[in-house]
Amino acid sequence: MLITTPNLSRPDDSYARLIATHEGLSEAESHALNARLILILMNHIGDADVLAQAMELARKA
Amino acid sequence: MTAHSTLAFTLYPYARSADQDRTTPAHHKVIVVGGGPVGLAMALDLGLRGVPVLVLDDNEGVGEGSRAICFSKRCLEICDRLGAAGPMMDKGVVWNVGKVFHDDRLLYEFNLLPEGGHAFPAFINLQQPYFEKYLHDAILAAQAKGAPIEMRGGNRVTQVTPDATGATLEIDTRDGSYTLRTDWLIACDGARSPLRGMLGLGFDGRVFEDNFLIADVRMKADFPTERWFWFEPHFKSGASALLHKQPDDVWRIDFQLGWDIDRKAELDPAKIRARVDAMLGPDVSYDLVWTSIYTFQCRRMDRFRHGRVLFAGDAAHQVSPFGARGANSGLQDVDNLGWKLAAVMAGQAPDSLLDTYEVERIHGADENILNSTRATDFITPKSPVSKMFRNAVLDLAATQPFARTIVNSGRLSVPCTYDGSALNGPDSDQMPPRSRPGSVCPDAPTPEGWLLNRLSTGFTLLTINADAPETLTAHGQTIPRLALTTTPELTARYLGSANGAVYLIRPDHHVAARWETYDEAAVTKALARALGKDA
Repeated sequence: MLITTPNLSRPDDSYARLIATHEGLSEAESHALNARLILILMNHIGDADVLAQAMELARKA
Repeated sequence: MTAHSTLAFTLYPYARSADQDRTTPAHHKVIVVGGGPVGLAMALDLGLRGVPVLVLDDNEGVGEGSRAICFSKRCLEICDRLGAAGPMMDKGVVWNVGKVFHDDRLLYEFNLLPEGGHAFPAFINLQQPYFEKYLHDAILAAQAKGAPIEMRGGNRVTQVTPDATGATLEIDTRDGSYTLRTDWLIACDGARSPLRGMLGLGFDGRVFEDNFLIADVRMKADFPTERWFWFEPHFKSGASALLHKQPDDVWRIDFQLGWDIDRKAELDPAKIRARVDAMLGPDVSYDLVWTSIYTFQCRRMDRFRHGRVLFAGDAAHQVSPFGARGANSGLQDVDNLGWKLAAVMAGQAPDSLLDTYEVERIHGADENILNSTRATDFITPKSPVSKMFRNAVLDLAATQPFARTIVNSGRLSVPCTYDGSALNGPDSDQMPPRSRPGSVCPDAPTPEGWLLNRLSTGFTLLTINADAPETLTAHGQTIPRLALTTTPELTARYLGSANGAVYLIRPDHHVAARWETYDEAAVTKALARALGKDA
């Protein structure tokens, strides 16, 4: 089951780190970084059903 | 803010002092430079402790313009200790609900949901001139009771020469210049601090390339008393917009204009009205009360203490307005510095206690700068990818509660906890983390009134279901005991799962140490530590 309630231990820290990770990259490089990041997180999540729910939610939001 | 601009209130008109006729410079114990919120509160704190203090300000009262409007619970608690909170509460507007919009849709609303059992609300909105006037009224009341506070308006410091035992000041007045000597100098002269400049001290940080337009309008409107914030508003008056109520039917409206603008053209009332009309709709009539365009930086001094010269408030640190962390943190500087300086001057604490002012308040300033910088980066994304993520968060926030925790239109000021301070003593793991050593005492109702009102102006020994002597005398302090028994609030906020609690509380209402039972040797040792004698 996809968690959509607040689950980040330190939302501001993690969001700031995400933005900082992109610092100095071109748009193409940022796209590539995002793709790698999503694949890494997908592997961490693992469960195919959860991933399907996440993709569906992202598509319709 | 230019000197000698129009005043909202004339509070301390220039009057010739006998010091100006002396052939040798008059000697003062403490001189505070700057009569804004921080300087006034600093003088009040010291004066109420019996420390003679002279305030010098180049103006003769409070400048025009609402400026800071959002005063936090902790700020009000400090003002209450200083005797100024009553009129602030009477005049101020209490608010709890905020709404966040993106374009033309309401994403979500939040409620600050104040916990019950506190004397003060999470925030009030009040125009800065009122805030300053009420502090000054409290100074007049304290003076009438003999507090050694002197105000000198129309006194501009033009030169400062610090040395090992104090500082020498050259002061300009309409009657010419004169010289003063002081043991201690506290610079509360604002973000552009002339004193900081005269001493050649740096003030580095990050400049944000954006202009914000403030239009404070007076109108009879039935908007609720809520904080409304728009990202990319549909009415196109700015890249973001804010609507927030103040007393006297005045509303703060704030538009983000971008970096490359023609300031003069943007301040044309007709152009401002066009932006406001687009936001409020064509049928709302209003007066423009105050308008201003501001830019900001997030920065602080490397050191807040330079020997006998101490910096407080915006002179020492500056943040963006998002989060209400400017004036509110300045008042926390005052709260921290007042008792320490008084203790050092009375010979009850070593000079090094003042170094802990710097350590603790730099900790606070860094927390404020971090929060303020992050809010600003969210509101004004600095790169296309940052903006893409920001808008993705907003898109999700309309339906997904998790995304709302990332939306950042300002993390509102909460008091800083001095974790890791050298002044902190023992902790008890049975008791709630919120009142651990270094944190501000949470308020609570007691049968004889609010807890914070019952704390002493010096140190206090608070006991809950625990035995202790009625007073403890050690290290030059006579510490009264405040003996309480369990209530639901005291259990939740102080006792936790312990059977009893003994708290040593600092004069600024921060917890110094806590135990489950009273042990005179332990408390005396923690007191020495809290006075900086343990180094």
